[in-house]
Amino acid sequence: MSAITLKVNGQSHTLDLDPATPLLYALSDDLELRGPKFGCGLGQCGACTVIVKGQAIRSCITPVRAVAGSEITTLEGIGTADKPHPIQRAFIEEQAAQCGFCVSGVIMTAKAFLDKHPRATEEEIRQALAGVLCRCFTGVRMLRAIHRAGQEMAR
Amino acid sequence: MKTLTPDARAALERAGFLRRDFLKGAGALIVGFSTGAMRTAHAQFGGPSPGAPPINQLDSWIAIAADGRVTAYSGKEELGQGISTAQAQLVAEELSVPFNRVNLIYCDTALTPDQAYTAGSQSHPANFNRNNLAQAGATAREALFRLASERLGVPVDQLTASDGVIRLKSDPSKALGYGQLVAGRRFNLQVDPNAKRKPASEWTVLGKPVPRPDIPALVTGEFEFVHNVRVPGMLHGRVVRPPAVGATVMSVDEGSVKNLAGVVKVVVKKNFVGVVAEKPWQAIQAASQVKVTWSAGAGLPSHATFYAHMRTQPARDALAVDSKDVEESLAAAATVLKATYLHPYQMHGSMGSSCAVADVEGEKATVWSPTQGVWYQKSTVAMLLGLKPENVHVIFRRGSGCYGLNGADTVTYDAAILSQAVGKPVRVQLSRKDEMAWENYGNAYAIEERAGLDAQGNIIAWDHESWSPTRGNRPGPGTPGNVVTGFLAGFSPQPFTPRSPASSPTAYNNNANAVPSYVAGNVGGRDQGTGTVKSERVLTHTIESPFWTGPLRSPNRLQNTFAHECFLDELAAHSKADPVEYRLRHLRDPRLIAVVNEVAKAANWEVRPSPKPAARKTGVVTGRGMASVLYEGDNGYSALVAEVEVNQDTGSVVVKRFVVCNDVGPVSNPDGLRNQIEGGALQGLSRALMEEVTWDDQKVTSFDWRTYHTLPLGFDVPKVEAVLLNRPDQEATGAGETSITVVAAALGNAIFDATGARIRQIPFTPERVKAALAARG
Repeated sequence: MSAITLKVNGQSHTLDLDPATPLLYALSDDLELRGPKFGCGLGQCGACTVIVKGQAIRSCITPVRAVAGSEITTLEGIGTADKPHPIQRAFIEEQAAQCGFCVSGVIMTAKAFLDKHPRATEEEIRQALAGVLCRCFTGVRMLRAIHRAGQEMAR
Repeated sequence: MKTLTPDARAALERAGFLRRDFLKGAGALIVGFSTGAMRTAHAQFGGPSPGAPPINQLDSWIAIAADGRVTAYSGKEELGQGISTAQAQLVAEELSVPFNRVNLIYCDTALTPDQAYTAGSQSHPANFNRNNLAQAGATAREALFRLASERLGVPVDQLTASDGVIRLKSDPSKALGYGQLVAGRRFNLQVDPNAKRKPASEWTVLGKPVPRPDIPALVTGEFEFVHNVRVPGMLHGRVVRPPAVGATVMSVDEGSVKNLAGVVKVVVKKNFVGVVAEKPWQAIQAASQVKVTWSAGAGLPSHATFYAHMRTQPARDALAVDSKDVEESLAAAATVLKATYLHPYQMHGSMGSSCAVADVEGEKATVWSPTQGVWYQKSTVAMLLGLKPENVHVIFRRGSGCYGLNGADTVTYDAAILSQAVGKPVRVQLSRKDEMAWENYGNAYAIEERAGLDAQGNIIAWDHESWSPTRGNRPGPGTPGNVVTGFLAGFSPQPFTPRSPASSPTAYNNNANAVPSYVAGNVGGRDQGTGTVKSERVLTHTIESPFWTGPLRSPNRLQNTFAHECFLDELAAHSKADPVEYRLRHLRDPRLIAVVNEVAKAANWEVRPSPKPAARKTGVVTGRGMASVLYEGDNGYSALVAEVEVNQDTGSVVVKRFVVCNDVGPVSNPDGLRNQIEGGALQGLSRALMEEVTWDDQKVTSFDWRTYHTLPLGFDVPKVEAVLLNRPDQEATGAGETSITVVAAALGNAIFDATGARIRQIPFTPERVKAALAARG
């Protein structure tokens, strides 16, 4: 165990952790954040996605020592129900969820992509989401919401 | 109130309650209330659980706080299908209050009525017709009107209600709010089966596309899944499943992990092995390092020959219909066609592996579970832990979408066993592999269809015979061994008893959609099916499964419908008839006919036989196919047209467009229904194209997303157009499992239309498509 400092959503937290601990456990258990989810623990599904230095990363396979000191953004960090991020707002407007378990990973993957490619086409958005799963298959609405948010963000 | 999480406590406080006083002993069940019309799974289990709020009492369903807020209690839970929104709409509508003034609490054994499972597309019929929640709402409204009538000294018909206030029609200044009328008291009334429900023509909340109130919390990370439940002093558990099916524990070296940081205990209960640690990462490491010696596995039948293997096993046979003249009719037919359809085991494969939290303290247990049946968890957790059922409190918390019996029940048992062993609250989330290698899979099927045609190509006889495996099921009120943890801990699954030959059917039941839509369904001298073919036999053989099985979205119905609807298409093609016209020729149910006609119209269906004339034998070709169903024989109509592109060089199939028409009776929330139809159609597509459980001679080999294949979010998503046939004059029926039931068949028919090749085995992988193309000659 050692003291690890994580900067999450603008706040610094010093935690006593095994440095090999995957970031996801620090976020969801030590910090009790509800955004990032354990889906597979293997980096295969995307439910645990958070943004570090502008990149969407899979927190379930990223050891905390690799991101200590870096700015980490989770779903909670991009907006709130009162002041949602454009992607969050588009998901509400399109009612783009069923069980909602994948939503955090979908939105964070989309955000990292749209931040870099603000004028992305529907096809490019689709390809950017090709490594993320939604087992309720809410794809019709989610892709529509992301495209809609992208157009708003590009304005 | 330590059993309530902060969110639950806040919900109760918002509603003006912290405890429902009638649960403390009042509210004795009054015998005589007719529940004959109730459609619940209770029929097979002998009624609601002891201790449940009585379903004939209005106070079991609805409470009105002094500030006028309405709390509704339901036994049908939100799994992501949108039913909590629809239920709150229903209560708001019947009580004439705004939607946001209704707080819905569901599936908590200390608070809510026992409505068996939330499953089988039964929530809409159970709570939106003339009983249960809907009838409680109507009873409450009439009671409020009577109270206002007494207080204002005018007859009820001179009063009107809106916004939670009852007013004198002639003088709206004379008004009483519901909070004033009830003044924090209970209703103390029975649910009145004759209370009048609001007619659909007057609806202002129900039937509207009210947005789901949980979505803002879901998209901002505020929502509490069961995975997010945290209780003081909580530890983390992990299970150690056997390395092979049938392997048993020989020995466990508890000392092997004693030096690992945070390890609290290694727990062994017969063949159940688990570890408890202070943190999740510590539990994961301990589970991977603890030394367990297992016996050899029992061995598994070959995956490659499993469909043939099923036919050699001792079977439990059943006849759904039998006109006893099928063989003679087939012998007399101008043509007999025969085809075999194969469907693999598939898995729920929930996005998040299953999770539960249990707090077992001495003789009492509280569990937070994503189960579909909290009352059955109550009784089976009690069995597992040796506690009295009344001392077990089960609180539903949403898990990852389940689509049926995923790991929700088994992981609740895992958490309960581990918590009891350490005397502290324990949270367990399964690993991906523990979820996927041991869940209760959707059934594999081998189905043989035979039909006789007359000289004009009309169907004169239909014979259906199927083989499918079973082991375990939902745990029900008394069978924890129906899922893997209960079995490992020493309980048996429900017994399997072969029985052959089958006895003659005594009652018509098409719950599994084993009876094709095109036969008469004659049992007891009465045609009860949806079709016209009089000579009919449906014989099913159930065999013992090497793997756990259980309901997976549209259990059995999807597999049977795949076979029936593809075979119908084969018969139409043989008769050189348009598949829609040919369907209609053999159907007699007006609502099934209506969804077929409506979907054909919406899809701009081109009337002609399949396959498409003069199609090329190479390159990319296009085609369309249809399938339809009356789900469960009586619970929702769906017809679907798929438009596909088939690349004949690679064998890949891409769907460009789905058009779906659904009739669910009155539509309670059109956007929620569309969301279910879209999700069902795309989930059906993934299952038809990609999904199959695989195994070697010892164990399951499809245990993650590299080995069990699914369509990702960003695949080439087709357009999904939903046509809703609203029937406000009819009973509410199911919706969640209808569209998925017809996808595989429509897809198989579209591939045939495009290429002339018939593919009869799911999944339609490129290799299988290419093999079918090669076989067409």
